[in-house]
Amino acid sequence: MTPELGQLALILALLLALAQGVLPLIGAWRGNRALMATARPAAAGQAVFVAIAFGILVWAFLHFDFSVKYVADNSNLELPWYYRIAAVWGAHEGSLLLWILILNAWTVALAAFSQKLPEVFAARVLAVMGLVAVGFLAFTLFTSDPFGRLLPMPGDGADLNPVLQDPGMTFHPPVLYMGYVGFSVAFAFSIAGLLGGEMEQAWVRWARPWTNAAWGFLTAGIVAGSWWAYAELGWGGWWFWDPVENASFMPWLVGLALIHAQAVTEKRGSLRAWTILLSIFAFSLSLLGTFLVRSGVLTSVHAFASDPRRGVFILAFLTIVVGGSLLLYALRAPKVAGGKPFNVVSRETVLLIGNLLFAVASAMVLLGTLFPLIGDALNLGKISVGPPYFGFLFPLLMLPVVVLMPFGPFLRWGKGEAAALKGLLLRITIAAVACAIIAAFLVDGQLKAIVGVAAGVWIAAGTLLFAYKRWREAPRGRRYPAELAGMLLAHLGMAVFVMGVLLSETLSVTSDVRMAPGQTQHIGGYDFRFDGAHRTTGPNWTADQGIVVVTRNGNKVGTMLPQKRTYLRGQVQTESAIDAGFSRDLYVALGEPMDAGNIQGAWSLRLYYKPFIRWIWGGGLLMMLGGFIAAADKRFRIKRGVETVRIDGLLAQETRA
Amino acid sequence: MSRLLPLFGFMLLVGLFGFGIWWNTQHDPNEVPSPLINKPAPAFVLPRLDDPTQTVSKASLLGKPYLLNVFASWCFACGEEHPTLMAEGSQLGVMLLGYDYKDAPDDAKNWLREHGNPYRMVVADRPGRTAIDFGVYGAPESFLIDAKGVIRYKHIGPITPEVIAKELKPAIAALQKESR
Repeated sequence: MTPELGQLALILALLLALAQGVLPLIGAWRGNRALMATARPAAAGQAVFVAIAFGILVWAFLHFDFSVKYVADNSNLELPWYYRIAAVWGAHEGSLLLWILILNAWTVALAAFSQKLPEVFAARVLAVMGLVAVGFLAFTLFTSDPFGRLLPMPGDGADLNPVLQDPGMTFHPPVLYMGYVGFSVAFAFSIAGLLGGEMEQAWVRWARPWTNAAWGFLTAGIVAGSWWAYAELGWGGWWFWDPVENASFMPWLVGLALIHAQAVTEKRGSLRAWTILLSIFAFSLSLLGTFLVRSGVLTSVHAFASDPRRGVFILAFLTIVVGGSLLLYALRAPKVAGGKPFNVVSRETVLLIGNLLFAVASAMVLLGTLFPLIGDALNLGKISVGPPYFGFLFPLLMLPVVVLMPFGPFLRWGKGEAAALKGLLLRITIAAVACAIIAAFLVDGQLKAIVGVAAGVWIAAGTLLFAYKRWREAPRGRRYPAELAGMLLAHLGMAVFVMGVLLSETLSVTSDVRMAPGQTQHIGGYDFRFDGAHRTTGPNWTADQGIVVVTRNGNKVGTMLPQKRTYLRGQVQTESAIDAGFSRDLYVALGEPMDAGNIQGAWSLRLYYKPFIRWIWGGGLLMMLGGFIAAADKRFRIKRGVETVRIDGLLAQETRA
Repeated sequence: MSRLLPLFGFMLLVGLFGFGIWWNTQHDPNEVPSPLINKPAPAFVLPRLDDPTQTVSKASLLGKPYLLNVFASWCFACGEEHPTLMAEGSQLGVMLLGYDYKDAPDDAKNWLREHGNPYRMVVADRPGRTAIDFGVYGAPESFLIDAKGVIRYKHIGPITPEVIAKELKPAIAALQKESR
């Protein structure tokens, strides 16, 4: 009976979402305050019912209710309780429910924090969120019901996909969805702005913290996914340009552009249309990711089971949401380039160039991802572009970004002084060249690694010099407002990331070897001794576990225990052993026994020495932190609805100071 | 006008996705063409199942096209495909070469005795090394190899009468047309 209650809760949530999506819009149009006032209660009610539905699904998993098909498909009696909770979002139907739950969380937060927004505007924003929820709830109810029954009820279920049985993977989807869905807020603000014809800078300021927070979550989700791929797939790589990875990367890039465009629009009033367009794109690309993953249009290691009916539904939804908003944009976007004028040498110019590069990079990723589809459409046969395409074009597009990054903060709004940049240019050039020369000796003259060090130092030196300038020039207590501190952290994160990528890409040592027990391999200054393999068991798996003792110059570094797990239903999963460190990772993956059946004998092993790889995720985490801290800036808190002009005047003074 | 550009771009994408959905209903998305298609088959020397002292090599088979069918007694799907091969294997117009994959010889012989032997000849690849060269990732798989030793067609999974009619027969007909 309980699962049917879950279904009922979803139906009620759909009805409330419809109310939330339609009534306030009519109210805002007619100036009817009673109708506008329905937005908040409807949003709260919808969230309650979605939470009930989600809770019921969790309950079904915890109580082994295998009469629910989704539960039977994704869990079994041996699965530990924490993975049974993670199994809720382990496949298509449940992850969709999680998506909706998170959308509701954002909506409720928005409803709570928008009390001081102008009534009409808040009503429109919440209505747009409601309409998005209608689409997803209908999608769930009509094509992907998580509460479908299975008769007769099986005694035991199948298994959760073993690649998901990892702590990192448990958090990856919720955090990623926080990011995807978070862009719906900026989207809703833009649509509300277009609907009302309100192009004031004010709403951009209100949207900014939401965009920053969403981007922070998306960054965290991508970092978690990358870390998981590294630890679980056993290939030692951290990014594969897989369609699904790209699906999360495109909104990230556009979100990054949006964060900077919003800063320009909020402070100077220019680039308004562009900011609106980016808000639409960021959320559209999030939806597009959902479409790509769930429609089966592209094949990928991540893809959910495909079903053409679902594909058609999402495509229709996508067409209405994105097509509708782009049509609205075409009709209502600000016709004249507003805002304060700016010179060629100005902060606006640098941010605009960065913006264009991020947008082009995102389009490039989209093109590469859709290439197989284009190949089918033009009858060119099965073609796909892989890492060579992305690996060539992406760094090419990011090179100017890296070069320009240190200058942005130093330049003034409107009219910068080229002369002021000379000192900066000189200092960061000296820092980068000096570090590159030192690095050249340490890395054996590997060009890419040297470039990596130089680029990282270039960004870091510029960022730190700006921090120092603020320290000297700004009055105590106002040196590092959260927005600025977030920017500094994120830019430092970029420096760390760039260094991590280029150093680990060039200096990594990989070795696929056959090792008999007792044999030693020497890699990257470390000795790996294979001490044989044995059988071991976990709660719902058995594994062959190798023992590898690592020493350096005779001193023991650690014992590594790579596993090859076989889960209950026969799925095999590699668990690599990783000895993590600040300046290097050691990584061992267990291959196959050379003589099948004799696990005591020789094995094929994959050994890696990966210097600085941790900096990649470290840089990502710094960027995430930057996004969150910037979002917390007091300046973004809404004071009163209508005082935009006065606040803008103050701001302009502050930036000039 | 330029304000409509994003919308036009998006409509193009929608068209592409619509096509993608339609395409997937027409084609099997899991069908990954082997990179070996239209490339020479890897050279191999394998013992015969019925008489391990004799070997069969790629060179010894040149001159006539053949269908190499990877099977094993432990393979469930091979049992599904077997009746089709028994019924239609002799009418294909090419020699049917059995390729016993990672199997114990006695098991394979018993299996063929029990279910019937549709093959002209069976080779045994007990360690599965040669299969790696062929890019075999599971049984059953079938390779159509022409008179010059070039792989012309590959099918992953059980051969069904439908596969024979729609894919294998046309591929074989194309070979025969060339040799004329």
